[in-house]
Amino acid sequence: MTSTNRRTVLKTGAAFAGAAAIGFPSIVSGQTDKIKIGHLTPLTGFLGALGAYAQLGLKQAEEEINKAGGVMGRQLDITSEDSVNPATAATKAQRMLEQDGATVLMGEINSASAATIMQVAARNKKLFMQIGARSDALRGKNCNRYTFHVDIPSTVMVNAVGKALVRDNMMKGKKFYTLTADYLFGHDLRGAANAFFAANGGNPIGDELVATDVTDFSPYLLKIRQAKPDIVCSNLAGNQVTNLIKQYAEFGLPFPIVGFNLNTADAWAAGEGNLSGTWPTVWYHTSEVPASKAFVAEFIKRNGKPPENHAWIEYVSLKMMAQAMNETKSTDTEKLIAYFEKETQFDILKARKGYFRAWDHQLIQEAYPFSVRPKGQAKDKWDFLALGAAIPNANEPLEVINPTKAQNACVFA
Amino acid sequence: MFLLEQIVNGLVLGGYYLLIALGLSLIFSVGGVVNLAHGAFYALGAYAAVEITQYLGFGAAVVLSPIAVALLGILFERFILRRFYTADPILSLLVTFGLAMVAEQLIRIIWGASPLSQTMPPSLKGAVFIGDFLFSRYRLMLLGIVAIVLLGIWLLLHKTSFGRVVRAGIQRPDMVAALGIKLQPYMTAIVMLGVGMAALGGALFAPITIVHPAMGAEIITVAFVVVVIGGLGSFWGVIIAALLVGMVRGITIHFVPAAGEASIYILMFLVLLFRPRGLLGERIEKFE
Repeated sequence: MTSTNRRTVLKTGAAFAGAAAIGFPSIVSGQTDKIKIGHLTPLTGFLGALGAYAQLGLKQAEEEINKAGGVMGRQLDITSEDSVNPATAATKAQRMLEQDGATVLMGEINSASAATIMQVAARNKKLFMQIGARSDALRGKNCNRYTFHVDIPSTVMVNAVGKALVRDNMMKGKKFYTLTADYLFGHDLRGAANAFFAANGGNPIGDELVATDVTDFSPYLLKIRQAKPDIVCSNLAGNQVTNLIKQYAEFGLPFPIVGFNLNTADAWAAGEGNLSGTWPTVWYHTSEVPASKAFVAEFIKRNGKPPENHAWIEYVSLKMMAQAMNETKSTDTEKLIAYFEKETQFDILKARKGYFRAWDHQLIQEAYPFSVRPKGQAKDKWDFLALGAAIPNANEPLEVINPTKAQNACVFA
Repeated sequence: MFLLEQIVNGLVLGGYYLLIALGLSLIFSVGGVVNLAHGAFYALGAYAAVEITQYLGFGAAVVLSPIAVALLGILFERFILRRFYTADPILSLLVTFGLAMVAEQLIRIIWGASPLSQTMPPSLKGAVFIGDFLFSRYRLMLLGIVAIVLLGIWLLLHKTSFGRVVRAGIQRPDMVAALGIKLQPYMTAIVMLGVGMAALGGALFAPITIVHPAMGAEIITVAFVVVVIGGLGSFWGVIIAALLVGMVRGITIHFVPAAGEASIYILMFLVLLFRPRGLLGERIEKFE
């Protein structure tokens, strides 16, 4: 090898080192009296935009808690990293528990990654607050007693939108063409959707499985046009939804489009004028609940943009975790599980309080359908969605929109 | 009939792959460098277009964004790529791969991880029917632009003295040097052209898809597959490959939707099995 080449190798190494320095979060070494929490969320890939909001919400909660004196007088010390994919997520979770001394694990949005972290939590007998993944299976056949689920499951999203469709005469006898994200979550959502169609007289006439890295939807749109459905229905996830609605508007297909999953960051990315139809949400920043408005105001002050639903959910999750540790005066896994399993009521910045259901560890809470404002009525580029009335109705128990034991059996081993 | 519609739609999509793949192929053919950072220029083109649209409108963005990125390409060629033409190919792979990661993180730092929204002018929205075939009006325009760019490149390579030197440089760089012609300025021009086309692809595709930091990594794989299938050093090979890839994907989605993304890799596998140099790949001495 010539000397030029050796120099080149060194420079290549430097370039890689530079990339590594920018690419990987620094792990702050905490002192022993801090309470360490390991947090994983996708920061790259088709869910990466949501993970970025998740970190902002978590950080806001962490700083508020620490500024107010911490938990049991100890500061919280959260390490948050990109979960990348299911295999990496599991490896990082194991390392956080084993080497970094994390007392609990939190986070995730990707259902497949959440499934592997759940196994790590169970193996290590540590608590995992699974915040943002929505697959029913995680609370059903894959459930374990070390995991608590905060976000609404697939069935709740289907119920939120489905009930609005039934109300608008867009269900009984209508032909539905569905597009489904080809991974754990999408398949699960399709199952919940088909169950709703069967129970309410909807007629699914076609379904397309779409890989998560698809950016061009034109071949699917042509197939939909040939099938002539009454309604097009999205069971997609992450930025797939954005691509679909943008290209749906581009092709100008005449069938109304609805969806059983949407995160507001993906709706915002589509831009006003592209989105139409009815979609579900777990929370939206235009909520009129005073505590929610205070959170939104503080978030905008910090970040210059309104919080997305993943920012909200991480914020309330860390607050719930801090409350549990304060009340039990402990970070012990068994004590925390017992506290949550008492079905303690938590303020989650919504009109009604939420609680973790004891038999499947699902946070039982309100959900909402939302629809698109008529053109010209949005106050800003984040305001083109109109939040519908909460479901269930105020006079119904919160449980009615959730899967029942018979639908989604969970047995803690 | 329905299948034919899918095939035609696939051809349109192939045209867009072509914008990215042709530049990649040119840079590889002339410099012997697989530019894994090519996707980063595609992403920069899209981001620049979003920024320019806010001030000067969509039309100006489609023109100015590729020019801005092409100028960046000069720096890229002059200070980075140039050092690797004669080096072990693995070094240029490493450095461009690293650069792609640096670029993605820089985009994340500057514009944030949340995707940006680029909307197309309302006049370009909607469908056009030709017979019973449905086309997106915007994609037809896109196809027209691609055709014009291709024609321009073809004329440049085959009808000008610039093109003659470049083509000679692909085959026998030593002979070109012996004739007293320096290839370096030509290489700068080729890199400008290549990354400019990638940026044009980004600017044109931004309104259809989403503008996000990892978009470059998404496109580079497909572009690379197209180049490999088409064969190195072949203008027409890349064109045929791009159209073929778009078509095969459309047909596969028609019959087996879940295999849509896998189909292009199966195609690459089959082509390499029977034609290791790609469809129209020429025998290039310096790579043998």
